[in-house]
Amino acid sequence: MSRLEVNNLLEVNNLLEVNNLRVDLPVEAGTLHAVRGIDFHVERGEMLCLVGESGCGKSMTSLALMGLLPRKARLTADRLQFDGIDLTTLPERRRSDLRGARMSMIFQEPMTALNPAYTLGNQLCEGLIRHRGVSRREARDRALYLLERVGISAAKDRLEQYPHQLSGGLRQRVMIAMALMCEPDLIIADEPTTALDVTIQAQILRLLRELQQEFGTAVIFITHDLGVVARIADRVAVMYAGEMIESAPTPALYANPAHPYTRGLLSCIPAPGKTPPGSRLQAIPGVVPSLVGSVEGCAFRNRCPQAQPACERTPPLMSLPGDHRARCHYADRPVPAPLQPEMSS
Amino acid sequence: MKAQSTAEMVGSRPSSRISNASSTPETSQSPNPALELCGLSKSFTLGGGLFKRGRTLGAVNDVSLRIPRGQVMGLVGESGCGKSTLAKMLLGLTSPTEGDVLVDGEPLRGADQKALARHIQPIFQDPYSSLNPRKRIAQIVGLPLRVHGIGTAREQATRVAETLDVVGLPRRAAEQFPGQLSGGQRQRVAIARALIMRPDIVICDEPTSALDVSVQAQILNLLLDLKTEFGLTYLFISHDLAVVEHLVDRVAVMYLGRIVEEGSREQIFSAPRHPYTQALLDSALTPEPGLGVPDIGLGDAMPDPSNPPSGCAFHPRCPKAQAICQQTRPRLEEFRGGNARVACHLA
Repeated sequence: MSRLEVNNLLEVNNLLEVNNLRVDLPVEAGTLHAVRGIDFHVERGEMLCLVGESGCGKSMTSLALMGLLPRKARLTADRLQFDGIDLTTLPERRRSDLRGARMSMIFQEPMTALNPAYTLGNQLCEGLIRHRGVSRREARDRALYLLERVGISAAKDRLEQYPHQLSGGLRQRVMIAMALMCEPDLIIADEPTTALDVTIQAQILRLLRELQQEFGTAVIFITHDLGVVARIADRVAVMYAGEMIESAPTPALYANPAHPYTRGLLSCIPAPGKTPPGSRLQAIPGVVPSLVGSVEGCAFRNRCPQAQPACERTPPLMSLPGDHRARCHYADRPVPAPLQPEMSS
Repeated sequence: MKAQSTAEMVGSRPSSRISNASSTPETSQSPNPALELCGLSKSFTLGGGLFKRGRTLGAVNDVSLRIPRGQVMGLVGESGCGKSTLAKMLLGLTSPTEGDVLVDGEPLRGADQKALARHIQPIFQDPYSSLNPRKRIAQIVGLPLRVHGIGTAREQATRVAETLDVVGLPRRAAEQFPGQLSGGQRQRVAIARALIMRPDIVICDEPTSALDVSVQAQILNLLLDLKTEFGLTYLFISHDLAVVEHLVDRVAVMYLGRIVEEGSREQIFSAPRHPYTQALLDSALTPEPGLGVPDIGLGDAMPDPSNPPSGCAFHPRCPKAQAICQQTRPRLEEFRGGNARVACHLA
């Protein structure tokens, strides 16, 4: 029995427990149900990847966890617990004691996340001084140590520099160092490598994975790139239209995707050696449904090649062997033979 | 006189190419490649003032490429390597400092913007910023016809409707604004606008990187269909190597303004010779769990293009660099009987 399964049976010691999390946003046309009742957990020291397309609610989920939702947003949850602390009732003051200290965030665009008017040294040290009450000198030493760890040369000079003096890859390294300053238990990384070149992306991912394993930090890594997920995740959760439609350990998700949407996502990226060059790719027809107003039944049924009349009803979250869950009426049935992709004319 | 020339223009580019898909594309009629770049360079002057000479930044240096008719040339490289400057020169948005662009063997130098636009059209990365939010789709797609004065208002409307059909947009989209469409639909609008002039060559600058994966597949399928249907030639600029491998016939790899390797898809993807090409291929993360993230052994990010390294521009990051790489710049040498080129001392 794997470590994951043991933890699951005992339900002990999960760093983060989320049950029935909902985020609603008032918009002109009514209420936008950005996150529609999701359940998940994060174990200590694991890398959980949240995958989904734009508008699926993955970024809203991360902002809800950090307590950084827009003011107008309404959050409800049956349970939202971080290391035993109930985040739904925590006063904002206590919340900001957690933020940066025990949970920190890496954003997609480091240029907008860093303050252009302060030196990197100032920004790196600020959190540690605020949360741990250490001296400026100690904070500076820690900043120097971490800048070296994230592979930045001439770290001493960098402390005096401003964000615009660095390249995109270096800025993202600084963001990672900053997220690690207070040795947090959880880092939420929202598409941290999407804006970077592929060679830089590979280096940053490798670094993040190494440090995460070394420091035993749990990471929620948000991305739309299934190639990245395959290479770094311990577990994967797939989101669609504000719901978590499938979660599984990484190898199981890629070997036996149980939800038709996950299968669709995996088959529409060209796979070298498998997809003949120039052949038609399998696309998911249609578009994501609007999340304004109420959504009835399975949100994917209008695009699903296997939809049945039963899909008008909201599917249950079905448990499959090996810590694998999928929100589909037919998740436990054998997968129908793959539809032959139409040949290019 | 004006009416006559308009009629002539409409007549000279028969609309059968859009309405009748079975008409033979203009392949193998001309021995010339659809697009040829000869020693194309573009440099910018930085800083400088009244009494001070600025530094020169060579964004594109001595790039030569031939794209045969009906083929797809992939152009890959990191940001800042000059891909977009190259695309801008081909679209006539900036003029080359040196070198020539030949379309079907005819140099474009001195040719006016309008003539150029009849042959080469762009599809840009971001369909959110490349469409005017205050114009209806029919106006956006029909604008090139109005600019070039092709056909009557009625003929233009017909051509717009036909083109929307071709790219798979519903007719009602014509009366909508870009804000009412999804990302994938907007990119279809951009493709329709590029195709309405029936160009020979389309420059696709990261056409799917702003789109979601499920939509990306739809757009790539559409680009492949249109290529066959209209005998188009593509220059396909992308950083997504899986997409490049799927779509292209040949690949050119750029580093710091120069082509460092060029060859057929098979050659580049199965036997890359330049260490930079190898690193690029290694850093493409295919969806195979358990492989981890490879250590590609490259150092820091791109060097400063206004102060390029001596010798081979890649040597500071190259895991295989030797003494000679610092001193002499390698020439782009042909191999495989001229079918492939690489610029590396060690290849």
